Amino acid sequence: MKIGVITFPGTLDDIDAARAVRYAGAEPVALWHGDEDLRGVDAVVVPGGFSYGDYLRAGAIARFAPVMTPVVEAARGGMPVLGICNGFQILCEAGLLPGALLRNAGLHFVCRDQTLRVERTTTAWTGGYADGAEIVIPVKNMDGRFAAEKSTVDELEGEGRVVFRYVNGNPNGSLGEIAGISSADGRVVGLMPHPEHAIDALTGPSADGLGMFRSVLGSVAA
Amino acid sequence: MARVVVDVMPKPEILDPQGQAVARALPRLGFTGISDVRQGKHFELEVDDSVDDETLAKIAEGFLSNPVIEDFTVRRIGA
Repeated sequence: MKIGVITFPGTLDDIDAARAVRYAGAEPVALWHGDEDLRGVDAVVVPGGFSYGDYLRAGAIARFAPVMTPVVEAARGGMPVLGICNGFQILCEAGLLPGALLRNAGLHFVCRDQTLRVERTTTAWTGGYADGAEIVIPVKNMDGRFAAEKSTVDELEGEGRVVFRYVNGNPNGSLGEIAGISSADGRVVGLMPHPEHAIDALTGPSADGLGMFRSVLGSVAA
Repeated sequence: MARVVVDVMPKPEILDPQGQAVARALPRLGFTGISDVRQGKHFELEVDDSVDDETLAKIAEGFLSNPVIEDFTVRRIGA
């Protein structure tokens, strides 16, 4: 199985994301922001960083990069897409996920190991977790406060599309302690914390993040 | 050519911690009587006369602002 990892100008976590893909047993394929096609990959990870310097708004310029056209098209056709941190912001700007990510309520860049509860295990990226599992992975961002209209949040909650929720403290003031959400079909998932930094106890707080990259293997084969 | 000004502001219901931080700083600096501050963005565009209002609205709504969290206004300043 091939999983594409996109690099925009300003992306930081593509190397760790590719490493996580390899750890999970899949083949990472480097995708460039200027690519017009997805090189035959079965899924895509949009990693974190500060694409285009976060100018205008986080993710606002990256969503217009050439590679995003086939990503949006493939995602609408059911291809699994995982947006991490800046990748989550890009997927929101691109309209693949609802809502937006705003400046942390405390105005500080927050970088710490964060406990999350896995609220939904029927997505392409969380099938390998136990329902309600608590995982510890790093969160590191400036603009992580999830915001959306009340009707959108009600819809996400009602349809069980809140995939991850902050536990033991909300790092950024996100509505409903929301750390990650999914598309209606569960194929597109975005979250602010970084599973790719928690795949090996040697280099991260846990190996809890690896489950996301392993989960997608089963979801594509199925 | 005309100058077009696009102002983008966080929607009223959206928490604006940056504006709040500015508001909290004012009394410390000795300025009183200011009860609230909202912080937004101000864009100045140099625009050919051929660009119509509909196009400007598309730019403002589809790119310069995010309608989920922000409101915008577009103004043409005298040529």
